[in-house]
Amino acid sequence: MTTTTASDITGTRRRGTGSRTTFWLGSVGLVGVVVLILLGFFAAPADDDQVDAVRMIFIHVPVAMLTYVAFSLTAVGSVLWLWKRSIWWDTVALSAAEVGVMFCGLTLFTGSIWGRPTWGTYWDWGDVRLVTTMILFLIMVGYLAVRSLDGDSATLATRAAVIGIIGAVNIPIVNRSVTWWSSRRTLHQKSSLTDGNLEDLTLFTMMFGLVVFSILMLWMMIHRFRISWLERQVSEGNLSEALIARRAEAMVAVETGRVGGAIQPELGRQPDKGGFGEVEDSK
Amino acid sequence: MLTDARLVAAKDLRIEMRSKVTVSQVVPFAGLVLVMFGFALDANRPTLDLATSGLFWVTVLFVAVMAVQRSTAIETTDGARRALLLAGVEPSAVFMGKAAAVAVQLLAVELVLIGGIIVLYDASIEEPLLLVATCVTATAGIAAAGTLLGALVAGVRARETVLPILLLPVLAPVLLGATRAFDDALGAVAVNGWSWLAMLVGFTVINVAFGVTAYGVLLEET
Repeated sequence: MTTTTASDITGTRRRGTGSRTTFWLGSVGLVGVVVLILLGFFAAPADDDQVDAVRMIFIHVPVAMLTYVAFSLTAVGSVLWLWKRSIWWDTVALSAAEVGVMFCGLTLFTGSIWGRPTWGTYWDWGDVRLVTTMILFLIMVGYLAVRSLDGDSATLATRAAVIGIIGAVNIPIVNRSVTWWSSRRTLHQKSSLTDGNLEDLTLFTMMFGLVVFSILMLWMMIHRFRISWLERQVSEGNLSEALIARRAEAMVAVETGRVGGAIQPELGRQPDKGGFGEVEDSK
Repeated sequence: MLTDARLVAAKDLRIEMRSKVTVSQVVPFAGLVLVMFGFALDANRPTLDLATSGLFWVTVLFVAVMAVQRSTAIETTDGARRALLLAGVEPSAVFMGKAAAVAVQLLAVELVLIGGIIVLYDASIEEPLLLVATCVTATAGIAAAGTLLGALVAGVRARETVLPILLLPVLAPVLLGATRAFDDALGAVAVNGWSWLAMLVGFTVINVAFGVTAYGVLLEET
């Protein structure tokens, strides 16, 4: 008995989703992470106020910025799926959403760890950016939940696209409402990039972190895109191949007069699953 | 479109009236939640005074999830959604009608809940106009977002669990806005409830507009 693999269906011998581009992206990303660790832990100076906690911004700020980039891509991909029926853009939306949810989770996690020594608390309900990011995270978790529902890929894409757009449409309202709701002064500092209080090497390390995490995001998105693309081809390829195979078997059965009976085991037919029940009955 | 929407809303409300689910199950559930909150907060009067608005709207959100699930189930059963499409009714009219029916049910439950917070939590209404305006606006927003997301999970086996995951984060601004506006209307906290009402109007307008646009796609494709 032979087993059909994704590579058989797609007609390619390649194993995995790697390519020369992803190999170099991954390698550069890996080296970048090592350099970032060295810069962050050994080269960059400690902050006068935040002491060593400031080193968290080398991860926190890049992943927070890239979270919004990823979710913007999801919104754009969702619109283009609904408008143009572009499978490519739908796959981009899915890949960006998955990577974005991971980055958003990292943003909340690293922010909480940083908040404890800096603010004296892991979580502050009066902070606008914190609460808005949490609600965005929950909406996008819902997006992924919809993607995991049963149904054909086009239907799932449409359902998820609506969620992707609802998330994008509602985020300004969430942000505004949380701003008003926050009766206390926000604990979140102003943008680290624009307040001009960072040391040169600290700023450089943070920007370097942004470049490294951008490369890693791109690397992950390309792999996720290819996995999703192959999954779609496998599911659609399986269906169309199964239909062609069944039709061919039916033609053979009719031509040879061997309807049902002897031919059934060759078809791998399961009696309880329907199939050629009517033909068999008519024998 | 308005005639069709009225017909759809009347159909949904007629089904609810005949099944008596809202009266016999949803309203008792809402009352039960108010009582449970009282137990959870140890019936502490100052705490209840401060938390009344929030508890009221959290209860409304729970009820909204149930109402939207009911509204979706009506169309899922026996392929009624296909029949609705074949009847040639504009999807936007179906959306408006179904959202209106959900809103009417929620408003009925809210009326009972207001009686509940007056009796159980000793709340007093300082600004009735703000209270009514908040109820109507927030309910319209909840119904619009709920109807759209309800259509999104229609026909899905796990819709009972997926719908709250999708709906509640989207309704977070309503919870914030309506609670603050109620705080003002009940005289619990000194805030400007009318500015929160303006935010609720914005939420409702955006979600109704998006629902009218997107509902057709979901109705035909899912």
